[in-house]
Amino acid sequence: MSRLREALERGEFVITGEIAPPRGSDVSAMRETMALVGPLCHALNITDNQGASLHMSSLGACLVALEMGFEPIFQQTCRDRNRLALQSDLMAAWALGIENVLMVTGDDPRSGDHPQAKGVFDVDSTQLLRIAKDMNEGRDMQGRPLAGGTGFYLGAAMFPEAEPWDAQLARTVGKIEAGARFFQTQAVFDLEKLARAVDALHAHGAKVIAGVLFLRSPRVIDFVNEHLAGLRVPDHVARRIKSAPDPLEAAIDLAVEQVAAIREIADGVHVMPLGLDGRVPEVLERAGVL
Amino acid sequence: MIITKRREWQRVLDDLGSVEARRVFVVGCGECATAAHTGGEPEVAEACERLAASGFEVTGSCVPEVTCHAGGVRLETRKNAAAIQDADALVVLACGAGTQTVADAVAKPVFPGLESAFLGTTVRHGVFEERCQMCGECVLDATGGICPVTACPKGMLNGPCGGMWDGMCDVLDDRECVHVRIRARLAEQGRDVARTLPPKDHSKKLKPARLSVKEHRPDGSVR
Ligand code: SF4
Ligand code: SF4
Repeated sequence: MSRLREALERGEFVITGEIAPPRGSDVSAMRETMALVGPLCHALNITDNQGASLHMSSLGACLVALEMGFEPIFQQTCRDRNRLALQSDLMAAWALGIENVLMVTGDDPRSGDHPQAKGVFDVDSTQLLRIAKDMNEGRDMQGRPLAGGTGFYLGAAMFPEAEPWDAQLARTVGKIEAGARFFQTQAVFDLEKLARAVDALHAHGAKVIAGVLFLRSPRVIDFVNEHLAGLRVPDHVARRIKSAPDPLEAAIDLAVEQVAAIREIADGVHVMPLGLDGRVPEVLERAGVL
Repeated sequence: MIITKRREWQRVLDDLGSVEARRVFVVGCGECATAAHTGGEPEVAEACERLAASGFEVTGSCVPEVTCHAGGVRLETRKNAAAIQDADALVVLACGAGTQTVADAVAKPVFPGLESAFLGTTVRHGVFEERCQMCGECVLDATGGICPVTACPKGMLNGPCGGMWDGMCDVLDDRECVHVRIRARLAEQGRDVARTLPPKDHSKKLKPARLSVKEHRPDGSVR
């Protein structure tokens, strides 16, 4: 059974990391990052053409993680594949030993490096969760039996800070009804809003893994605000890092505080070091979650 | 109605050049392209002037009532048979359907003079918004009369997506997220806002579509 699922169901505080596959066939740098972050994590999210930009497939990179002894979370976006391709990749993933999936809608192609691409969006993330749940029950989305079903631990994304909250909450509950058992959030800065989300999701029996970003420089903060979907760094946080004598150290201190705070609220933390992979062990250790 | 916009003029000239046309007949449309100010009487007159200024001889022009109506277009082209016969090619200021209707009716090269943009609504004079993809399986019943297939850039039936922020759209940040609007309207009307819609049946939209009123019973079923 999925180590991630086991730990969450046991009530253990989990740690997940995020790996972007390379933009090419050379996996050596990705292996190095996995070797660094993997041992600290219960599972590693492997992104799927993140930011609507070309990368090696998540499925392929998940196999590299498995080979290295780490547990991947296979991310699937609805942007690049229709319902046939999504289902066939899910079958392949399960057959090859992948046990966790995270379903996301995906960024619009216009925001990526192939703005001329056709966005597929044949199904949306809620519908894809339902399809995967059916496959877990041994049938395809048409209701026809499969020669061997799947047994995925199904995850989805949620955004505790995005308002209006009632629309967020309704969509999240819709995802739980469709089959989601755990949620990973975008980076969270407002802990009250995180607590509100965790309470609401726990009431429906779902687990919440809250995101932390390492905002290592003023430039990174501007990038996040301009380019990352569903995310704004609040002014007081931006000011704190931008005005620090050493922004990088200020960012690490902030991440330590955030992880420690999340430890008290959520079921786990999802670490997005934005290139500072080498500092992940220190942050987790100082926050007391290792 | 079908919203059209002007086609790059150089492309129109290049198209005519590709068949070495010197004499041209121009066709407009009395319906959508008139309302969109792209293919009515004034725009047809303007196109004739531009063609003349570019050295073409304009043999004539007409604005059929509805250029996507095969019978009407046949009638109109018959009325103008001599001027069309005299032309090397035709330029049509109508949507793609109108252009093809003309191309079926005359034995001459026919070129599009406009780009077909979308099926939309005139929100005020000269301003149009896309409203429908003609998906063949309307969900407006469940979405408060607001089409997510069209107005959500990702065409999501169940939103908002993760990029929504402060009620605004992830992709077009000058607009409200359509799913927030749908929720608000349904709530205002005291209707169910919690529905998850199933995946669309895209077979309802497989090209090319054909439809005959004779095949449809009043209850919507097909004979
Ligand atoms: S759901 Fe939208 S695209 Fe489909 S028919 Fe209705 S209005 Fe048109
Ligand atoms: S913010 Fe709303 S309208 Fe915009 S892409 Fe996302 S779901 Fe669609």
